[in-house]
Amino acid sequence: MRWTLWLPLMLFAGFVGLAGYQLTQPKDEFVESKMVGKPLPAFDLRPAALNRPGASLADFQDGKPKLLNIWASWCLPCIAEAPHLERLKEQGVEIVGVAIRDRPQDVARFLDQHGNPYARIGADDVSAIQLEIGSSGVPETFVIDGQGVIRHQHIGDVRASDVPMLMQKLEEAR
Amino acid sequence: MKRLLILLAVLFAMPVLAQQSLPPAPLAYQQLDDPGQEAAAQELMETLRCLKCQSQSIADSDAPMAGDMRHQVRSRIQAGENPEAIRQWLVERYGDYVSYDPKVSSTTWPLFAVPLALFALVGLVLWRRMGKRSEEGDAS
Repeated sequence: MRWTLWLPLMLFAGFVGLAGYQLTQPKDEFVESKMVGKPLPAFDLRPAALNRPGASLADFQDGKPKLLNIWASWCLPCIAEAPHLERLKEQGVEIVGVAIRDRPQDVARFLDQHGNPYARIGADDVSAIQLEIGSSGVPETFVIDGQGVIRHQHIGDVRASDVPMLMQKLEEAR
Repeated sequence: MKRLLILLAVLFAMPVLAQQSLPPAPLAYQQLDDPGQEAAAQELMETLRCLKCQSQSIADSDAPMAGDMRHQVRSRIQAGENPEAIRQWLVERYGDYVSYDPKVSSTTWPLFAVPLALFALVGLVLWRRMGKRSEEGDAS
């Protein structure tokens, strides 16, 4: 029998094998921002809370690296990351928050319950800043250097083990 | 037990409800007045990926973020921006992944080349077989 007769079946088996292998691989659902290394866009957000100013591009251009934290009062992982943001603040990090699709009273309630590590909180009702910087979810944390250039994107909530890493990234951005 | 279940259901529903505590972006569910512009926006929205629900287009999805993306697309089209420029704007931020309209590039060229190669192969095989048969036909 000619071996070429088996070729289509072998190709098919190879395809099934490849598909089966891919099914067992964990799927990476994160969409990483392509804006790392690029400057923040011009923006000016009204305050999301009564006791904190809003946020604008100028706040990121004073020569000091900062964290830009995209969060929302309706976001459950944001509750989990609150104590770790507090720890970063205690270590002298300035955190600028952007509240996504949030009402002032909800923001106030969240900050009451879970603490307020933010120096400023801007309100983004239509995810405009999120889309500008290539962020696809809540929460996300960006390391911004003193000139307003995005240096690092952290997707998902900040955990205890991420605190030293973020301190390191802030140091590198200096 | 039943009460516990209801409590759990409410707890899990809370973030979903809360995401919508704010009315959706103005142009998320509102068509543009100009039918031509709306058609252009619709065509573009059907080929942009929702980032929260990654197998749907932003035209298909009810996720709040998809609504915000539709608002972004419609307001840019309303301002006279070219649909392909808007797609490019998103690709610059999220990569090719955000677009459902694949372009030929260093990573995607096999997608376009393989079907052509298969057609050529089938053509070659057919041509040889037909050729052989007609030769046999001539001989008999």
